[in-house]
Amino acid sequence: MAKTGTTGDKIFRTVLLIAVSIIPLIVAAIIYMMVQNSLPTLQRFGVGFLTGREWIPAQETFGALPFIYGTIVSSVIALIISVPLSLGIAIFLVEQAPKNLAKPISFMVELLAAIPSVVYGLWGIFVLAPFVRDYLGAFLQKYLGFLPLFQGRLTGIGMLTGGIILALMIIPILTAVVRDVLEVVPVTQREAALALGATKWETTKVVLGNAASGIAGAVVLGLGRAIGETMAVTMVIGNSPQISASVFEPAYTIASVLAANFADATEKIYLSALIEMGLVLFFVTFAVNALAKLLIIGVSRRNGVAKA
Amino acid sequence: MTYRISELRQTMRSKISVSNLNFYYGKTQALQDISMEIPEREVVAFIGPSGCGKSTFLRTLNRMNDTIAGTRVEGKVTIDEQNIYASGTDVVSLRRKIGMVFQKSNPFPKSIFENVAYGIRINGIHKNKADLHERVEKALRDAALWDEVKDRLNASAFGLSGGQQQRLCIARALAVQPQVILMDEPASALDPIATQKIEELVVDLKKDYTIVIVTHNMQQASRVSDKTAFFMLGKLVEFNPTQKVFQNPDERLTEDYITGRFG
Amino acid sequence: MAETNSQNHGRRKLVSSVMTTLTAACAVFVVAVLLLIISYIAIRGFSSISVQFLIDTPKPVGEGGGIGNAILGSVMMTALAAVIGLPIGVLAGIYLAEFGNNWYGNVVRFLADTLVGVPSIIIGIFIYTLIVVPMGRQSGLAGGLALALIMIPIVARTTEEMIRLVPDAMREGALALGAPQWRVTWNIVLPAASTGIATGAMLAIARITGETAPLLFTALNSRFYNFYLDQPMSSLTVQIFNYATGPFEVEHAMAWAATLILVGIILVINVLVRFLTRKRF
Repeated sequence: MAKTGTTGDKIFRTVLLIAVSIIPLIVAAIIYMMVQNSLPTLQRFGVGFLTGREWIPAQETFGALPFIYGTIVSSVIALIISVPLSLGIAIFLVEQAPKNLAKPISFMVELLAAIPSVVYGLWGIFVLAPFVRDYLGAFLQKYLGFLPLFQGRLTGIGMLTGGIILALMIIPILTAVVRDVLEVVPVTQREAALALGATKWETTKVVLGNAASGIAGAVVLGLGRAIGETMAVTMVIGNSPQISASVFEPAYTIASVLAANFADATEKIYLSALIEMGLVLFFVTFAVNALAKLLIIGVSRRNGVAKA
Repeated sequence: MTYRISELRQTMRSKISVSNLNFYYGKTQALQDISMEIPEREVVAFIGPSGCGKSTFLRTLNRMNDTIAGTRVEGKVTIDEQNIYASGTDVVSLRRKIGMVFQKSNPFPKSIFENVAYGIRINGIHKNKADLHERVEKALRDAALWDEVKDRLNASAFGLSGGQQQRLCIARALAVQPQVILMDEPASALDPIATQKIEELVVDLKKDYTIVIVTHNMQQASRVSDKTAFFMLGKLVEFNPTQKVFQNPDERLTEDYITGRFG
Repeated sequence: MAETNSQNHGRRKLVSSVMTTLTAACAVFVVAVLLLIISYIAIRGFSSISVQFLIDTPKPVGEGGGIGNAILGSVMMTALAAVIGLPIGVLAGIYLAEFGNNWYGNVVRFLADTLVGVPSIIIGIFIYTLIVVPMGRQSGLAGGLALALIMIPIVARTTEEMIRLVPDAMREGALALGAPQWRVTWNIVLPAASTGIATGAMLAIARITGETAPLLFTALNSRFYNFYLDQPMSSLTVQIFNYATGPFEVEHAMAWAATLILVGIILVINVLVRFLTRKRF
C-alpha cells in the first residue's frame, strides 16, 4: 500500500510539474518568437529603430521615437492624475473610513478595474473627448494657453484624453496596492505618533513614511499598466505618428500602434517593425513590473522585521 | 526605601483622578466602575492577570482607545482638574501632555535623531535649529541613551538593539515635555539587562514626571513603584502603597495573586 | 511660547481637517466616475437594445444588424480558453502552493506575476506568430488560445493563494492517518480551497470576456454565425471596437447596446463572486 502511495505521489508531482512549467515555457516562447520575427528590422535598423523620428511604412522607414514619446507623455499624464487620487482613496479607506463604509467603496473601486478596456474607449470617445474639448481643454487653453503644453487645435482626441482614460483605468490597481501596504504598517506606529500629540494628518504622514517604498512600487506598477494599456488609448489618442509639445495633439503609443496597424501589415518588413515594437513593449513592462514587485515586497518584509 | 518617599508624598496633590469609569468594547464591558487618584511625581504600577483590563485602563488615560472603533467610555477622568472626556476636549493637546511608551518598541523608520525630533517638530516646540539639537540631546540623556548613540545620531533607529530602541521611544516621549508618562509593559519584550536599565530609568524619571506603568512582572512593580493597583476581571481590586500590597494586602484576592495561587 | 504654540496648534488642526476632507473627496470623486460610466452605459444601452439585436448578425449600415454571432463567438472562445487555461492554471497553482517553496517555485511565481502585467496585445502578437502565420488565417482557435494564455498565470496565482489558506493542521491530520500526499492534496486540501479557487476562476473568466487586444489579429472578426474554431470568429469586444470607431450614429448606438451586454455579464460575475465570498468568510 505504501508503494502505491509513493507511485501515486510521483505521478501526481510530475503532472503538476508539467503544468507549472508551462508558465516559464510561455515566457521563453514569447521572447523567442518575437525576437525571431523581428530579426529583419533588428538587423536592418539596429538601435536607430528606437531613435528614428519618421514612421512611413510605405517607404520602409521605421522610427519608433514618436510612439515611445506618446507612451511616455500619456503615461505621465495618467500618473499625475491617478497617483494623488489613489493615495487619497487609500488613505481614506485605511485611516479614516469606518469599516462598513470602507468595504463598499473598496468594492466599487475594484469594479472600475473590471470594466473592459474597450468600454473605457467607447466612453472616452463619446463622453470624455467632448468634455475635454468643450470644457477642460478650453479652460486650460484660456488660463494656461501661454504654455506650449496647452496650445494647438482642440479636438478632444489626443494625449490628454488618453492620459485621463489611462488614469481612470490604473486607479483601481494603484489604490489596491497602496491600501494593502498601508494596512501592513503596524498600528503601533500610528499610536506612537498620536501619543506624541500628532494630529490625524500628521499621523497619516508617519504611516506614509513607513509605506514609502511600497507606494513607490504601486506607482511603478500603475506605470506598467499605463504603458501596456491598449484598446482605450487606441480609441482616444488620435493615432498619429508625431511628436508635439501640446497635450491636445493626437499621438500614438507603442501599444496603440500595434492595435491599429497589425492587421494591415502585410509586408514582411512592416510586420517585423511592429513585432519589434511589441518586443520593446514586452521588455519595458516586464522590467517595470519586476521593479514594482521588488519595491512592494520590501515594505512587507521590513514591517515584518520591525514588528518582531 | 521607596515607601518612605511615598509617605513623604502622601499629602501631594493628585495628578490624575478617575471616578466611576466604565469602559466597553461594543457590548462587552472591559472596565467596571473604577475610581483612583494618581499622585503627582510618583510611579504607580498596574498589575493583574492578562485580560484584566490594566492596559485598557492605561489607554483610557490618554484617550488612545478612541482610535478603536466601537469603544465607549462612561465616567470621569480628570488630569489637572480637567475632565479629559468632556466634550470639546482637544485630544491632540491632551496626548501631547501625556507621553506613552508601548509594549513593543515602535521607532519610526527614520534616523535616531529624527525619531526624537519628531514630536518637537510637529508641535513646534523648538525656537531654532540649535535649540532642537539641545532638546534632542537632553531627551536622549534623560533616557540614558545619549552615550550609546551620540556618534551615530543619523543612523537608522532600526539598527539599535531592542533595549536601546525602547529607550529611544522613551526619549521620543520625553522630548515633547509631557507631564505624565504612561508605560504599557515597556520591558516585556526585553532581556534582563535591558529590563534593568529601563527600571532604573523609571525610578530616575519620577523626579520630573508622573509615571503609570503596566506590568505583568510583580517583581518589577515592587522594584519601581510607589503605589500598586491590582486589577482583576475589569475591576480595581486594591490600590495601596506598593510595600503594603506586596507584604500585607487588604484583599484576599490580591494576596492569592501575589503569592502565585493563580494568574 | 504658549501663544505661538496655540496659533501653530490651530493651523495644524486646520491642515488636518482639510486633508482628511480631501481624501474623502477623492473617494467620492472616483465612485462618482464609476457611477457616471455605468449609468451612461445603462441609459445609452437600454435605448438601443432589442431582442432582434441580440440575435442578428452585423449588416450593412441602415439595414439594422446585431451581435448574435459576436455573443456566440465570445462564448465559444471563452469556453475554449477556460477548458485549456483552468486545468493548467489550477494544477500549476497546486504545485506552487504544495511544492513551490524552492528556487523553481520562486522563479515561476515571479514569471507568473510579471506575465500578468504584460500587455495582452503582446499575447496576441505571440499567438499570431505561433498559430496564425503557420495556419495561414485567423481563427477562433487562435483567439481562444490567446485568452487561455492570459488566464493561466492569473488562475495559477489565485489557486496558490487559496490553497495556502488551508490550515496545515488539516494536511497533517490526513497525513497522520497514513494517506499519501497526492490523496491529501486531491481529497482534502483541494476541496477545502474549492470555493476560493472557483471564485478566482470566475474572475479570470470575467477578465478574458472583456479582452479585446489579443483577439484583434488572432480571431479577427466575422460577419456570420460561425461554429468552426478554425475560421475567423467574431467577439463582443472586437464588435464593440468596430462599431465604436465606425463613422455612423447607428453603429455607435449598437456599440452602446453591445457594451451593456458585455458590462452586464462582467458586473454580474463580479457582484456574484463578492456575494459568495462574503457569505463564506
